[in-house]
Amino acid sequence: MKVLVTVKRVIDYNVKVRVKSDNTDVDLANVKMALNPFCEIAVEEAVRLKEAGTATEVVVVSIGPKACEEQIRTALALGVDRGIRIETEDSPESLNVAKLLAKVIEEEKPELIIMGKQAIDTDNNQTGQMLGALLDMPQGTFASEVQIDDGKVNVTREVDGGLQTVALNLPAIVTTDLRLNEPRYASLPNIMKAKRKPLDVKNPTDLGVELKAHTQLLKVTPPEERQAGIKVGSIDELVDKLKNEAKVL
Amino acid sequence: MSEYKHPYRDAEFILNELVDFDALCADAGMEDINAELASVILTEAGKLGSDVLAPLNEVGDTQHPQLGESGVQQTAGFAEAYQQFVEGGWNSLTPSEEYGGQNLPNVLGTAVNEIWQSSNLAFALCPLLTQGAIESIAHHGSDELKQTFLPKMVTGEWTGTMNLTEPDAGSDLAAVKTKAVPNGDHYLISGQKIFITWGDHQMTDNVVHLVLARLPDAPPGVKGISLFVVPKFLLDENGNPSARNDAHCVSLEHKLGIHGSPTCVMSFGDNEGAVGYLVGEANKGLAYMFTMMNHARQGVGLQGLAIAERSYQQAVEYAKERLQGTKRDGSRFAIIKFPDVRRMLTQMKASIEAMRGLALIAAAEIDRNQYAKDDSSAQQHNARVELLTPIVKGWLTELAQEVTYLGTQVHGGMGFIEETGSAQHYRDARILTIYEGTTGIQALDLVGRKTLMNDGAHLAELIAEIEVTVSELEASDQFASQGKALREALEEGKTAREWLLRNAPEDAAAAGSISVNFMMMFGYICGGWVMGQSALKAQALLDAGNGDPEFLTAKLATAQFFSEHLLPRVKANLASIQAGSASIMALNEDQF
Repeated sequence: MKVLVTVKRVIDYNVKVRVKSDNTDVDLANVKMALNPFCEIAVEEAVRLKEAGTATEVVVVSIGPKACEEQIRTALALGVDRGIRIETEDSPESLNVAKLLAKVIEEEKPELIIMGKQAIDTDNNQTGQMLGALLDMPQGTFASEVQIDDGKVNVTREVDGGLQTVALNLPAIVTTDLRLNEPRYASLPNIMKAKRKPLDVKNPTDLGVELKAHTQLLKVTPPEERQAGIKVGSIDELVDKLKNEAKVL
Repeated sequence: MSEYKHPYRDAEFILNELVDFDALCADAGMEDINAELASVILTEAGKLGSDVLAPLNEVGDTQHPQLGESGVQQTAGFAEAYQQFVEGGWNSLTPSEEYGGQNLPNVLGTAVNEIWQSSNLAFALCPLLTQGAIESIAHHGSDELKQTFLPKMVTGEWTGTMNLTEPDAGSDLAAVKTKAVPNGDHYLISGQKIFITWGDHQMTDNVVHLVLARLPDAPPGVKGISLFVVPKFLLDENGNPSARNDAHCVSLEHKLGIHGSPTCVMSFGDNEGAVGYLVGEANKGLAYMFTMMNHARQGVGLQGLAIAERSYQQAVEYAKERLQGTKRDGSRFAIIKFPDVRRMLTQMKASIEAMRGLALIAAAEIDRNQYAKDDSSAQQHNARVELLTPIVKGWLTELAQEVTYLGTQVHGGMGFIEETGSAQHYRDARILTIYEGTTGIQALDLVGRKTLMNDGAHLAELIAEIEVTVSELEASDQFASQGKALREALEEGKTAREWLLRNAPEDAAAAGSISVNFMMMFGYICGGWVMGQSALKAQALLDAGNGDPEFLTAKLATAQFFSEHLLPRVKANLASIQAGSASIMALNEDQF
């Protein structure tokens, strides 16, 4: 079984995010970038399927400028077999990503597609769902457990009320939640091997996809700084403040 | 508990701008190794360091290894962390491909080693010692010894130890008493060794001891010492550990710091005699030790940098959080706003950056020597390695005392409280000026073997190279005052060199009396050289619009600080040197 995983280059989760002074966007200049943590979980799951003998090949896809190859190499160092980068100027919006992925998937014909449920930069949580619609494939989102079983994949989903397990016919799309697995650390020998693994570059024109802007980023503002708290003298005073100042009661 | 994050920007800046890593790899014929790969390796090592090793640092400090019936039981959690370290292949970074290593440059191994040492100094000593043992066997062992022991030591499945010191033989190894008696195809070793770092533990299924001992017919003194491999478990015909060898830890030391690292009293041959295998030729043990000494000493120098960095990170975090100032409107502010706290933090930062620069430059010289295209280039780089090694060991570890002292000082009263964690770094740093040759030994090495023995030629070459940086600084309006300061320091260095060459033959106590000032002086001069180069490179990057302006402008500031506040110490060093041995040797022994 061939498995395809997708990865996104995002701001490292350890970095304190700053907004550009003109409020047009988040400031990514000279900021440490990393593999989106949900994508890392997707990679780990795919590699585990390969180690278990369930998957025969794992392919990783990322979309963006050349710098994204760092994240592809990271995935290769974690055990993925080969990489594909789709060349775009910056990180395109979800629908464009889904359309590009749909074309790659038509070419690659994987039986299972594992994606992060969302990227920690935009927090959209929609690419997997859009891809499902475009390819008319079953989708199991927010996965906390994935089991391949005779042409099907059983996905345990983390939903509001608890856990829901769905059986999907393959090929299918799975998006990962945080508790699906704990990603490994890349080993030094695998980092060295990753350099020699194949990495193809495609562009949207080759894939016959026209990138369109469906949304426009108007303004980015940092959250307001938290004000210092005060001590209240009594419960009555607290209730009064919650009612009349905070107006939450 | 303090977090640790690898300062990857500074490490990569030094690798790229000061060491010229890509050119070094290309010259060494490592076409596919470059700065980009180094960055990936440092990032991944940084994750393991921060997430796995760093949280165990405090655990090792409070839950010490214990000696029980079956030997030393290491701190809880260390075995699992060691397993992850080995599974990650991190032990194999620099060893040769012949034995399963990755054969990466020593300078990259050094940069990665900083991560392990900052994360957990006590833990990281174990692979550091293994690396030393691997080198001894790889350089001097027979093919059979290499094939038998190296592959498992390179992966880290077995660890290594160095058994040199005895109760009567510390800095003076000529006094080694441990005996080795020929017995068929091997030797039987008997004697006691002390201060054996990670001499026993349960993290791996074998421990390979390298032991200095004397053969029955050995000449007295340093020319009669041989080196032996003594495994904890003897190997069966398939090379797997089987019978327990007569080599045991009989006691653990109670120490000031690095509590997570078991420091063992090792007893060899208490019962039937410990089976040992001779490394190389008889009576050459001490010479063999010397071949790996540069590496080991630079490794300890690096530990000085690493513990200083850890202490600095914790101090910065605290200084930003600790509210101890009150504005007129009653609002409070963090102590980092106070100039004296700034002085301490900037001094820590400037010291660390100079230390890192010098450590990596010296580490790269080992590569440049190893991969030199011709003999004259090899000799030149070898001379530089020889010269810089005592400075890296001596100056970095001495500076680490001051940096970790300041780290605790920034914390005020909380720094004195163990739970804060700063005190551990201060205590852990203390061993660094002592083991692998004390500061005094490093300083004697610098003035004696490394300077007087070649009439100061190697030092003159270094001075000439620093002069190039001085001229570049002076030529720029922006750095003219730093250029002037470094020029003055360098002239003072020259004066000290000449003083040494002139006075050493006349006064037997001269070299020894001035040696530590001499070593510290050239440490600060090298630091000024490193920071001067850093400033020039940082400005060039800024002018070209490359790199992170936040990082680069900070580098300009730390370079200026170093020039203004640390480099002037050279003047005091010179004054002391010029006073010579008179007052140092004035008292008779009864007057003490």
